Amino acid sequence: MANPSAPLTIPDFSLVLLMGPSGAGKSTFAARHFLPTEVLSSDRCRAWVADDEADQGASADAFDVLHYIAAKRLAARRLTVIDATHLRREDRHAAVALARRYHALPVVIAFDLPEAICQERNRQRSGQRPSERVIRQQVRLMHQALRGLKQEGIRQLIRLSSEEAATAAELVRVPLYNDRRGESGPFDIIGDPHGCLAELEGLLDLLGYRPDAQGVPHHPAGRRVIFLGDLVDRGPHIPQLLQRVMAMVAAGSALCLPGNHEAKLLRWLRGKQVQISHGLADTIAQIEALPEAQRRPFLAQLEPFLDSLVSHYWLDGGRLVVAHAGLKQEMQGRGSGAVREFCLYGETNGEIDAYGLPVRLDWAAEYRGEAKVIYGHTPVPHLEWINNTLCIDTGCVFGGALTALRYPELEPVSVPALRTYVEPTRPLATPGSTGHYGCGELMELAAIAGKQHLITRYQPHVNLQEGQTAAAIEALGRFCIDPRWLIYLPPTMSPAETSQREGLLEHPEEAFAYYRRAGVERVVLEEKHMGSRAVVVLCRSAAAAQRRFKVEDGACGVIYTRTGRPFFSDPQLSTALLQRLAEALTASGLWERLASDWICLDCELLPWSVKAQALIREQYAPVGLAAHLGLAEATALLTTAQQRGLDSGALLAHYSARQATVERYNRAYRHYLWPVNGVDDLQLAPFHLLASEGAVHVDKPHAWHMTTLAELGRADPLLRATAWREVALDDADQLAAAIAWWEELTAAGGEGVVVKPAAFVAYGRKGILQPAIKCRGREYLRIIYGPEYTLPGQLERLRSRGLGAKRRLAINEFSLGLEALHRFVAGEPLHRVHPYVAGVLALESEAVDPRL
Amino acid sequence: MFLSLTYRGPNATDLGYLLHKHPERVQSFPLNFGAAHVFYPVATAEQCQAVLLLDLDPVALVRGRSTEGRSPESAAPLAQYVNDRPYVASSFLSVAIRRVFNTAVAGHCEERPELVASRRPLEARCGPFCGTAAADWAERLFRPLGYQVALTVEQAPDLPALRCVMLTLSAETTLRELLTHLYVLIPVIDDDKHYWVGEEELEKLLRHGEGWLANHPEREAITRRYLRRGGPLARVALDRLLELADSGPESLANPATEEEEAGERRLGLDGQRLASVRQLLKESGATRVLDLGCGEGKLLRELLKEPQFTAIVGVDVDTRSLQRAAERLKLERLPERQRARLELLHSSLTYRDRRLAGYDAAAVVEVIEHLDPDRLPAFAAALFGCARPAWVVLTTPNREFNARFPNLVDGALRHRDHRFEWSRAEFAEWCAAIAARYDYHHQISGIGEQDPALGQPTQLVIFQRQEAASG
Repeated sequence: MANPSAPLTIPDFSLVLLMGPSGAGKSTFAARHFLPTEVLSSDRCRAWVADDEADQGASADAFDVLHYIAAKRLAARRLTVIDATHLRREDRHAAVALARRYHALPVVIAFDLPEAICQERNRQRSGQRPSERVIRQQVRLMHQALRGLKQEGIRQLIRLSSEEAATAAELVRVPLYNDRRGESGPFDIIGDPHGCLAELEGLLDLLGYRPDAQGVPHHPAGRRVIFLGDLVDRGPHIPQLLQRVMAMVAAGSALCLPGNHEAKLLRWLRGKQVQISHGLADTIAQIEALPEAQRRPFLAQLEPFLDSLVSHYWLDGGRLVVAHAGLKQEMQGRGSGAVREFCLYGETNGEIDAYGLPVRLDWAAEYRGEAKVIYGHTPVPHLEWINNTLCIDTGCVFGGALTALRYPELEPVSVPALRTYVEPTRPLATPGSTGHYGCGELMELAAIAGKQHLITRYQPHVNLQEGQTAAAIEALGRFCIDPRWLIYLPPTMSPAETSQREGLLEHPEEAFAYYRRAGVERVVLEEKHMGSRAVVVLCRSAAAAQRRFKVEDGACGVIYTRTGRPFFSDPQLSTALLQRLAEALTASGLWERLASDWICLDCELLPWSVKAQALIREQYAPVGLAAHLGLAEATALLTTAQQRGLDSGALLAHYSARQATVERYNRAYRHYLWPVNGVDDLQLAPFHLLASEGAVHVDKPHAWHMTTLAELGRADPLLRATAWREVALDDADQLAAAIAWWEELTAAGGEGVVVKPAAFVAYGRKGILQPAIKCRGREYLRIIYGPEYTLPGQLERLRSRGLGAKRRLAINEFSLGLEALHRFVAGEPLHRVHPYVAGVLALESEAVDPRL
Repeated sequence: MFLSLTYRGPNATDLGYLLHKHPERVQSFPLNFGAAHVFYPVATAEQCQAVLLLDLDPVALVRGRSTEGRSPESAAPLAQYVNDRPYVASSFLSVAIRRVFNTAVAGHCEERPELVASRRPLEARCGPFCGTAAADWAERLFRPLGYQVALTVEQAPDLPALRCVMLTLSAETTLRELLTHLYVLIPVIDDDKHYWVGEEELEKLLRHGEGWLANHPEREAITRRYLRRGGPLARVALDRLLELADSGPESLANPATEEEEAGERRLGLDGQRLASVRQLLKESGATRVLDLGCGEGKLLRELLKEPQFTAIVGVDVDTRSLQRAAERLKLERLPERQRARLELLHSSLTYRDRRLAGYDAAAVVEVIEHLDPDRLPAFAAALFGCARPAWVVLTTPNREFNARFPNLVDGALRHRDHRFEWSRAEFAEWCAAIAARYDYHHQISGIGEQDPALGQPTQLVIFQRQEAASG
C-alpha cells in the first residue's frame, strides 16, 4: 500500500503497466508522470488501426502495434508505460512476457479506486463510453487481479487506493542495482579465489592494498577490488576469505558479485535441498569447524551478505561489465531471472560433456558488444581477449594462479597458487577454442552489410548507403586479402584547387593557400612517386603474426593495394620484398626502437608498370602509338598541301601542335615504366609509418615519419627514401624555394609533390583538414587528362572541376582508415575493426571524377 | 583518323567534281564531335589526292553532346580521357564520310552526272587501325570485294606485340562503291570498340551494305561485330569500384556472367553438372536448400522444377548476377506460391551470414575455384562451421583432365577468374580435412566422361553432417 506522503519509486528501466477500470484516471496519471512518448495507449493504437478508440473489434490489431512499439523501446532500454485496463490475465501475461524477453522489470500501478468514483467519471466522459454494468464488472476483475499479481511475475505493485493518493502521488525513478555507470574506478578485478586466502593476500599486497587500522585492506590511491564471485568451496580458508571480503565490501574498498558456488551455499544456508558436492562439503566442514562463538555471528552476517549480492555491475559509463560467468550484450544493465542465471552459470544448452559437466555455449565468441566484459567461472590456462571479453579465472585452487585485472589499465597481475588444492575435473581450456567450429572468429556479414553508421574519433560519423556496402562486400568477397590482415586502407587524395596560371592546371600555391586559410602554419612537401599505392603489414616472425593477427598459415606479412587486393599475383615476389623490408627493419634497429614485432606502412611501389601492365598495354601504349602514326602522316599531308600554295597554314600549325603534345605524352608515360625481372627491380617508398605495437603514429609529425623511414633506405636502397622539405607558410623565401623544387621535379618527369600539414592530423575552424593535397606536374597530367589537354582551348574548359565531393571523400576515408588502426592497435576484436576498412571500400564505390 | 582518296589518270581533278569539293580550297565542316577538314595535297591533271581529315575534340567527346557514344566496355576509369578515339579510324570516320561526301555516297553529281558510274583506278588510304587483329581483318574484309590491300605496320617501341596499321586499298571501281565499302567496313576493322553516335547511325550503316554485304564471305562476322554492343551504358557504382586503376582490366572478369571455356562446353558439362546436383539434392531428402554462388540462376531453375524443395535460396556475391537471375527466372511474374519458394540473397561466402543457417542442403557448384586459396578456411568455417547444413554437394574442376582440352596449354586454367584447379589427390585431401574438422561424412565422385588416366572432368563431393546421419 502506498504511503501518500512518501515518493513512490520505480526502476528507471521497467515496463510499467497501468491497471484499472475505465475512468480510474490512468491516462491522466500517465500524462502527469511520464513523457508522452513513454506512454503507449491501447485506445490510441485502436484509433491508429481502426479510426475509433472504442472499437473493441480492433483490439487484437491494436495490441500488436502496441507490443511492437514496446518491444523496440525495451530493446533500446527505454522505460515504457502501457496505458490499458490490464484487467484480464492474458493481457498482463503478454506484457510480462515482453518484459522478460527484454529483461525489464514488470511493474504494475493499480488504480484501486472505489467503484462510485469510476462510475461518476465515466458518466462525465463525452462520446462513446462503457456502460455502468461494464464498469462494475471491471472493478470486480480488478480486485481479483490484485490477489495474484506476484504469481504472474509482476515484480513490483504500486496500489493507489484513493483519488487523493492517485493525485498526490510522486513518482521517482531509481537506477537498477546493477547500474553503476557513474563509477569509473579505478578497479582491480579479481577472479575466483575459492578459499585461497594466502594467494589473495599476496595478490592484494602486489596490487598495493594495505591494511587499515581495523586490518581491512585499502588502496592508498582509492582503488577498489571487484570480486567476481566463487569465493567459497574447494580451497583451504573459506570462512576467513569470506570474512576478509565482507569486511572490504562493508568498508567500501570492494564490490562483490555472486558466483554459482555462493548461490548454492545460500540455498543451503536457507535450508533448501541441495546436492552437497565436494566443494560445498569443504565449505560446510570449514564453517562447522569454527568455534561456536565465531560461527554464529559469522553465519548471521553471511546470509544477508550473500543475499545482497547483485548479479552483475554495469560500470564506467557502460564501458565495463563484470559478472561471474560473463554477460551477453542484450542482458547488460538489465534485470530478470534469466540475467541472473546467465551471470551465475553462463550459457548452457542442458547437455553434459564427457566429464559430466554442463556443456557451455561459447557466448564470448558471439559477443559483439561495446562494453568490456570481465568474468571468471571457467578456469583458463592463460588470459586471452575474445571479442572484448576476458576470463580472468586462472584456476588458483587447481594449482594455477590468482589473477587480477587492473582497470582501466587492463594490466593483469597474478600470483601463482601455493599448491594444487583440487585436481580439475576437466582440463583447463581456453574459451573459444571449443565448439562452434571456429564460428566466433569469423567476420559477420551483418557487421558490414546494409546501411552503416560508423563513428570515428575524428568527426561525428560516416554514413554508408546499402549500395555502397554491397559494392564493398563484393570486392571483399572476390578480391581482397584476409580481413585479419586488412587493418587499414588509405584515403583518396584531392588535388589542389585549379591553378589559373597560364598552361597549368595544378600548382603548389593553391595547396599552400588552402592550409594557410585553415590556420595551418607549417606544411611539408613530399615528392610524389609515380608507382602504385601499397600498404605493407609485416611481422617480425610467423609467431608474431599468429599472436597479433591470429593468422595460422605461417605468413609473416602482406602487401596490398589501396583497394585491399594482394599487390602481387606472384607470391614469391611478395615474400622476397617483405623479406628485404624485414631485414632493413632489423638492420636499422627499428623493431627495438618501436618496441614492436609488427609494423604497418603506407608506401608507393615502383615502377608503375608492375601493377599497371594491362592498363599500359591496352590503353596508354595504343593511344600513344596510334596518335603518333596518324598525326605524323596528317601533318605530312598538310605540309604537302601548303607547299603547293593552299591556305592550310592554320590547320598545319594546329596539327603540328597536336603532334608535339602526343610525343610529350609518350615520353611522360614511358618515364614510369621499367622492366621487372625480380625483386631487385622494384622500389618501395614508404612514407607513413602508420602503426606498430601499442601505437598509431599519427600523433607524430610527418618530419618524424620521413626521417625514421629514411633509415630504412640507408639499410637497403630498394627502400627508396622520399625527398621532402618543411616550409613555413608565412616565409616567402621558403615558399618560393619549394615552388622552384616542384618545378624542377616535374620538369624532370616527376609526378609532382604532395603537400601535407606538418602534423599528421590537422584541424581547422570547420573540423579535420585534408590530410594531403597533391600538386601534379604539367607533363604527368597528360596521362590523366589526355595527351592534348594543354592545347589552347582545352585547358580553359578543364579548369572548371569541382573538388567538393573528392575532398569530403578524402576526409571520410582518412577518418575511417585511422579509426580502424586505432581499434586494431587497442587490441579490439576484428569485428570492431573490419567495418571501418570495409567502409573505406564502400566509399570508394562513389562516383568521383577519376581525373582528380 | 583520315582518309585519302587518290586518282591517277587523265582529267584527274574530276575527283573534285565527284566529291563535290573544290581541289584548290581547304574546307572545314563542323560535326557534333569535332570537325572534318577536306583538302587536296596534290591536284594536277594526272594525279589528284583528296584528304578527309577528322579532328575529334577529345574534351567534347567526354563532355559534349556526344557522350552517348561512350564505349560500353571501357575498362579503366580514365579510359574516356586517355583514349584512342581521336587518333584512330573508327565509326566516327564513317560518319564523317557520309556527312562530308554525302552526294558522292548517294551517287549524285550535279555538274558532271556522267562521271558517277565511271570505273577508274582509285586508291584509298586510311587509318590508323590499332590492335593485333586489324591487319588480318583488313585483308579479310576488302580482298573479297576485289581490292588490292597494302598495309603499313608500326610497332610500339616498348611493346613489340602492339601494332598499328595504315591501310591502302586499290581497285578499278567507282568512287561511290569505294566510299560505301569504306563507310561500312571501317568500324568493323576497328575491333569492337564502337562508339555509336546513335542507334540511327547504326541503321544507316547497315542500309549501305545492301546489294553487296549479303554475298560477302565474312558477312556473318561483319554483322556480329556490329551487333556486339554492350548493355546499358549507365554504369553502376560497383563497376567503378571494381575497375579502379590499379587493378587493370583483366581482373574485371565476372565469373558468373562469362561462358565456360570451349572445351567444357563441347562436353556439355554444365548440363550434366546441374542434372547430377539436382538429383543428389533430391535424393538427400532435403526440402530447404541453398545454392551458394548461384550466378544467374541455372541451378535455381532446375531446383524450382522439384516440388520437394519448398525453400530455395540463391546466394551470390555479385549483385548484378542476382539481378540477372531475377530477370531470367522471371521472379516478378512467378505465381505467388512459386515465388514464395525462392529467395535471392546478396552475401559473401567467406563471411558468416546468419541468414544461411538452418537449411537442409547446400549446393556449391563450380564456386570454390573462384576463391583465393587462402580464403578457403574462412569459406569452410562459414559453410561447415556456421551454416552447417545437413548436406553439402560441391563440385570443382579436375585439373588433370585439362590435358584433354586442346585450348588449355602450359597449365592454363579453364576460366580466367579461376584462382586454382585441383588434381584429384588435392581435392581428396581437402575434403578429408573438412570432414574431420567439421564432423561430416563425405563421399567423392565425379561428373562427365571417365578417362582411365585422368579421371572425370568435374570432381564432386557430398558431405553429410554426422549428427544428421545418426539422428
